[in-house]
Amino acid sequence: MATTQELKSRGAVLLDDVRSSSWQSRIAVVITVALLVLLLIQAIKDPGQFFSQLLVGITNGAIIALIALGYTLVYGIIELINFAHGDNFMIGSFVGLTVLSGTFLGLSFFAPITAESGAVLKIFGVILALVIAMVVCGLINVGIERVAYKPLRNSPRLAVLITAIGMSFILQNLGLIWKGASQIPFPDLISDDNVLAGITYTVFYRWKDLFVILVTMPLLVGLSYFIQRTKQGKAMRAVAQDKEAAAMMGINVNRTISITFLLGGILAGASGVMFGLFNGTTVFNLGFRQGLFAFTAAVLGGIGNLTGAVLGGLVIGVIGSMNDQYIGVRWTDIVIFTVLILVLVFRPRGLLGDRSAVQGGGQQ
Amino acid sequence: MIRKRRVVTLAMLGVAAAFLIVGCSGGGGEQGTSSPTATIVSDLPLQGSSRPQNETIVNAIQLALDQRNNMAGDVQIKYQSQDDATAQAGKWDEAKCAQNAQSVAQNEEIVGWIGPFNSGCAQVQIPILNQAGLGMVSPANTYIGLTKPGGEPDEPEKFYPTGNRNYTRVIVADDKQGRAGAIWMRDLGVRSVYILDDQETYGKGLADQFQQNAEEQGIQVLGREGIDGKASNYRALMSKIAQLNPDAIYFGGITQNNAGQLVKDKVGAGMSNEGVVFMGPDGINEDAFIDAAGNSAEGVYVTFGGLPASELPGKGQDFVQNYKDKYNSDVEAYTAYGYEAANVLLDAIDRAYKADGQVTREGVVRELFATRNYDGVLGTWSFDQNGDTTLTQLSGQRVKSGKFGFDRTIDVA
Repeated sequence: MATTQELKSRGAVLLDDVRSSSWQSRIAVVITVALLVLLLIQAIKDPGQFFSQLLVGITNGAIIALIALGYTLVYGIIELINFAHGDNFMIGSFVGLTVLSGTFLGLSFFAPITAESGAVLKIFGVILALVIAMVVCGLINVGIERVAYKPLRNSPRLAVLITAIGMSFILQNLGLIWKGASQIPFPDLISDDNVLAGITYTVFYRWKDLFVILVTMPLLVGLSYFIQRTKQGKAMRAVAQDKEAAAMMGINVNRTISITFLLGGILAGASGVMFGLFNGTTVFNLGFRQGLFAFTAAVLGGIGNLTGAVLGGLVIGVIGSMNDQYIGVRWTDIVIFTVLILVLVFRPRGLLGDRSAVQGGGQQ
Repeated sequence: MIRKRRVVTLAMLGVAAAFLIVGCSGGGGEQGTSSPTATIVSDLPLQGSSRPQNETIVNAIQLALDQRNNMAGDVQIKYQSQDDATAQAGKWDEAKCAQNAQSVAQNEEIVGWIGPFNSGCAQVQIPILNQAGLGMVSPANTYIGLTKPGGEPDEPEKFYPTGNRNYTRVIVADDKQGRAGAIWMRDLGVRSVYILDDQETYGKGLADQFQQNAEEQGIQVLGREGIDGKASNYRALMSKIAQLNPDAIYFGGITQNNAGQLVKDKVGAGMSNEGVVFMGPDGINEDAFIDAAGNSAEGVYVTFGGLPASELPGKGQDFVQNYKDKYNSDVEAYTAYGYEAANVLLDAIDRAYKADGQVTREGVVRELFATRNYDGVLGTWSFDQNGDTTLTQLSGQRVKSGKFGFDRTIDVA
């Protein structure tokens, strides 16, 4: 009896699901399917162009995702939207630029590393810039938490939010004083040549794009290993679930929160340098814009949810590039934020639900 | 409580110090002469990446005044430099533009206005200053709709609520610059072009003018898009354009709306500046553009609504030399135009005083528009009834070894 019911189900269950679903979700499914079909038609018409744009979208999305992780990590643990994160990211790109120039505070440590330098020196320079930016931004983030957020931990949410916005302005103005208001070029350390040259000429995938993936993937894997497998990661998940209970179990809550901010800062530093090397320019007010998109990505995927942040970033990146190709550049922002609103209407907790990964549980 | 009192004391000390400093500088400025005085102001973006360019314009105005010993004929001139940019925006700011214009409108001492630099800023300022009856001379606004039809349908009338004109410019307007771009492209053998603009008054208007002229010249327009000047990159857009295989890309816009990144991504998408022409207007004719675009700037074509310093006629060369002697630095693209604007305004004040026996805003506007066959650093020219220059020579420049180099003159007469 039971088995026949299960056998019968497959189709029937799906039908039941459709019957019991709300009209909103039906519309959502129809819209999504229609859009995917339209994209598929384009993909078949001109596969080379479609995949080029898909790769552009994934690369842009990976950068957004890396910043989004910083927002989501912090939100997951103390439920604060750390607005200073985007500007910390900008500082990261400035630190990277300074490292590559070899000169700091008028002291020349080594000759600037430029496009003309040898391959070994370039690789060394990129790694050095990444590491120093990660350390500096990590420490800045920890410092911000100590100075601006920790004293307010028990005050109303709004107070911390305002100090976060304040820190964002402070960092932005520090950037303005440090490097001036103009756009600053990054040295061209990574080749613009096509990785796929010789295999296919219809899809254009540069070494720069590969570089973004090569930096992002290890960081993502490392982060998820840290949170899922290590003792400190376990402590983080515990603090996220219940601060008081975690403290009673002997977890040092303050230290755990500091480490979360350190992780967020490290990600900001890495993405800042990566952004600079990838796009070739940086500017002091970069953080606001990129931060906005990253924050959107975090909300889209479900804030507090690490996998969600990555998914949200990639979705925004791909929507952006597909829109540039098939609709028009001037509509890109509108389309991205329309998608955000629609997702929040149908799934108020984001695509993958909020706070699940850090808390260690599923959707609640 | 003690702490609070200390803060108050400190604040009072600060205020006192500020008064002292203001008092000193005010005292130095007073001069006991009986000649009539008048004040002129300039309004330029002095923050952000436009700063280097606009600093040279302020210097040029100061040079013009120094050469006349701060006198326009018998009138003693005071000069104030205003900034219409904000640090936060990194470029001109609409609210700041309006605020500057409103405060000057109420100050009857001020009889002349040099600026603004950006056409979008001019759109905000002209109506305010028009109601105040203040004469304006811009060294750099090229948007066509400011003085004559060709922009939006209700332009230029909507900028002049009183019905009387008060705005002039010494630079050639965009109808001519758009035409010059199209002629140059035709001469380069371009048959198809993709047009981009930055969605601002200046950039969009120029792109419109270019598009119209390109079609007249028989160049096929493959597409037209407005870019987001704050986007992190334009890879997807450039990948799309590359697929259409155009001979050229035209960008109507300014450096501050990410022109450098645009060129970088164009080259990055496999469209080298040798294979696909990249042409832009005077809005990217500044070193800040080359700095931002780096190596990708090499070979970029730029039209300029006038002549570069090296091509100016005799008087212009004298100015370039004088500027170098005084400030020990080179002029930028608009420096000579700032100098010309200052001199035209000072001559108008001189004539107005001689004719009326006093300096009024009304008299200055009248004399400004009466400027005919003016023999200045840009050549010999007049203002027409719209306040536009009668010059028709533009120049084309190309980036070579990280510098703008003169390529050719383009006469659109």
